[in-house]
Amino acid sequence: MTKRKQPLSTGSEWSFELIQSYDREIARIAEKFRLDTYPNQIEIISSEQMLDAYASVGMPLMYNHWSYGKQFLSNQQNYQRGRMGLAYEIVINSNPCIAYLMEENSMPMQALVIAHACYGHNSFFKGNYLFKAWTDADSIIDYLLFAKNYVAQCEEKYGIDAVEDILDACHALQHQGVNRYQRPRPISAEEEKLRQKERQEYIQRNLNDLWRTIPQMSDEDQAQDDRRFPADPEENILYFIEKNAPLLETWQRELIRIVRKVSQYFYPQRQTQVMNEGWATFWHYTILHEMYDEGLVTEGFIMEFLHSHSNVVMQPGFDSPYFSGINPYTLGFNMFCDIRRICENPTDEDRAWFPDLAGSDWLEAVHYAMENFKDESFILQYLSPKVMRDMHLFCLKDDEENPYIEVGPIHNESGYRELRQALAAQYNLGNREPNIQVYNVATRGDRSMTLRHFMHQGQPLDAGSTTEILKHCRRLWGFDVHLESVDGDQVKAVFPEAEPKKKAPRRKNKAA
Amino acid sequence: MSIVIDRRLNAKKKSTVNRQRFLRRYKNHVKKAVEQVVNQRSITDVDRGGEISIPTKDLSEPFFHHGEGGATERVYPGNKDFNSGDRFARPRGGGGGGGAGEGQASDGGEGMDDFVFQIDREELLEYLFEDLELPNLVEKELKESSDYKLKRAGFTNAGSPDKINIIRSLRGAHARRIALSGKERKEIRELKREIREMEVSPETTDKERVEALRARIRELNAKIKRLPFIDEFDLKFNNMVKVPNPSSKAVMFCVMDVSGSMTRDIKDMAKRFFMLLYMFLERSYETVELVFIRHHAEARECNEHDFFYARETGGTVVSSALKLSNEIIDERYSPKDWNIYVAQASDGDNWEADCAKCDDLIRNKILSKVQFFSYVEITDRHHQALWHDYKAIEDEHPDRFAIQHIQEPGDIYPVFRKLFEKREA
Repeated sequence: MTKRKQPLSTGSEWSFELIQSYDREIARIAEKFRLDTYPNQIEIISSEQMLDAYASVGMPLMYNHWSYGKQFLSNQQNYQRGRMGLAYEIVINSNPCIAYLMEENSMPMQALVIAHACYGHNSFFKGNYLFKAWTDADSIIDYLLFAKNYVAQCEEKYGIDAVEDILDACHALQHQGVNRYQRPRPISAEEEKLRQKERQEYIQRNLNDLWRTIPQMSDEDQAQDDRRFPADPEENILYFIEKNAPLLETWQRELIRIVRKVSQYFYPQRQTQVMNEGWATFWHYTILHEMYDEGLVTEGFIMEFLHSHSNVVMQPGFDSPYFSGINPYTLGFNMFCDIRRICENPTDEDRAWFPDLAGSDWLEAVHYAMENFKDESFILQYLSPKVMRDMHLFCLKDDEENPYIEVGPIHNESGYRELRQALAAQYNLGNREPNIQVYNVATRGDRSMTLRHFMHQGQPLDAGSTTEILKHCRRLWGFDVHLESVDGDQVKAVFPEAEPKKKAPRRKNKAA
Repeated sequence: MSIVIDRRLNAKKKSTVNRQRFLRRYKNHVKKAVEQVVNQRSITDVDRGGEISIPTKDLSEPFFHHGEGGATERVYPGNKDFNSGDRFARPRGGGGGGGAGEGQASDGGEGMDDFVFQIDREELLEYLFEDLELPNLVEKELKESSDYKLKRAGFTNAGSPDKINIIRSLRGAHARRIALSGKERKEIRELKREIREMEVSPETTDKERVEALRARIRELNAKIKRLPFIDEFDLKFNNMVKVPNPSSKAVMFCVMDVSGSMTRDIKDMAKRFFMLLYMFLERSYETVELVFIRHHAEARECNEHDFFYARETGGTVVSSALKLSNEIIDERYSPKDWNIYVAQASDGDNWEADCAKCDDLIRNKILSKVQFFSYVEITDRHHQALWHDYKAIEDEHPDRFAIQHIQEPGDIYPVFRKLFEKREA
């Protein structure tokens, strides 16, 4: 087995045959490491097409919306000015798993990308519990096609502006359009079409009941007033509006539903950024080194590869002008490498911190980690003192009550645990994003909707954007929408901020 | 096994629709930006795309996020000498990496750069000239689209010998010969193989059989040879189609007063006006010629640089310029062949006794020959005799004579639009 094989290629030019043969070898090695993947569909595209793909949240097809055009223009401008490099690849969580390779890449880059996307990300999509439970790789492309056509039909029927109004509003609320705990029904384009009609009738019937205007018996009134609707706060604001807004037409409800479904599809990706990128980076690193050891790639190849790899995992310090937060590639890669190290060469410290892990089978261990965690729990479980030391992690505490910023736990003996917790909390979407829920609807009164923002550590909402979003909310709901920021039992802030005004006129939002 | 697909030849313009949506939504912003761009440019420079910049805050897509305040804990990499419990003053300008974790810098935030993007020449002009229509253009076009020109349009199977495309024809012939000889060549290959096999094992060789095979091969070769080298069927001809060539020549007379009273600023404004008019004409006509006539007490034809920049002083006799224009039209630009536009800019000064003359020249000589005569008066004083005379002409010939009053640079573009805004039939 030590016999060195012939290198697959020597130059840096790629060809379709070479890509095929690299893919074959990478697949063989990936299988050796038990990477279970969806079949791959590798698509070679040009940089312009990459810009296109960028613009529509990376999906191969998407309904049309001006915001994607804006995204495109800004990417294009940055790219043409040399301010931004393009990602080497985009990979889509679908079955077959679609990966875009850019034609400008050299052969080593293409190999890196294949290992990274087609085997790293792909196996993550297939193996991680969040993706298994929340997304449906088989049907997403079909669904997007359905969505695109549906939106186009609506535009034709009701006008671009009317559709845009709804979509704008939905986009503003898209992060509030996901179920966090309850597994959604799998989406299917076919079924969607069939059920549209059914849903339409059903909703209308329910609505009529909810908004019944026939006067109630007076003694019942009191009880009615005390009862809130919904009985429990609803976290999925878009869902609530879709099902309960009194004035929406069916097609408008469908549009809300589409945005909601797409948002739900991306929800796991937002929770597993570190793991997903770390996993993919770990595997392109491991696989390509394996190829080098077998003699399948040349010295030059591995040098170029290492150059790109180290760019990917570069982590500028907090005081560097290039700093823009913790690089998920770096953190994830370091952690997966560290798991392997702990398994293979544990130190005494590792034995104390990870008694189960130290000395066990590393392949088993990384697979287990990949399958059963999300960023938050992954960090909480696996971030080792060594990684904290290597990355020189430290925590800053900024409390508005104090006139100063205090350095919290750092990478030392007394700080490890607390530091790890702080970092894990940072990746908890529940902390990072404001927790906003539908609290009450005045079914008997002016039909206004009240949202509640349950504050986390006294962090207020950004006033400007919140006011804007409430306008969007209002457009969807059809009646006034209020938002209260609540800390404990105390209402800390109310939006829209009280201003001397009568009923807000319904008007087109062109950003004040 | 992975599937590899080459998508490079697929449409590249997937984002076009979204881009248009964006431009559509922010039409007013883009229009304003285009106006700014045009105002800043010199006349030679106008005819290209431009950079459009829109304040980022106007484009925000809001999403719920935390503002400043409350208690936050953030973990950073790259600690050098901090120790737990160290304290330091809060940096100004708000939470350092506060928004950095969000990645997308799309919302809120102060000190945000403008959103900048490129639009190409066509789009820029489109915005600039939106809703505008060149007066009488359609009429003229209808009248004079008798001229045709030939344009290449692919290949046909029939045509005159001088249009034969040799490469295409021979390629076709070659392909035909290959196609028609396929059966024979296959047979030859098989026969040859058989012969070779026999040669390898000589003991079983049947001399007669070899001879028969050789004969057969010769026969087949001859048959292939008989295929015509080129057939009528192979001939390909360059195809030409006639496309109507509308009268596409225009001449624009720029007439400007350069007497002492015209300051640098006024000339600059006049220049903008001419610039816009020129661009508009250039878009509608294939060739636009420019004639620059500057005048004080007497008129002279000059080049563009002298027109805008040379200094001269003297009285003001507008009719001298009109007279010269008229002469040049008669001499060089027959109204039958040319669409003639006259644009005059002045600060309104004129020698009192001259106005009647101007009136006469315009009414009786010039107006019948030109498509359009426009006059802009750049002044902040009261109107003088010239204005009132011209006003009277405008009232009588609203279809081809227009005057406007400009006071400050901001007026130019609206004035231009007003001059050429859509006229109902």
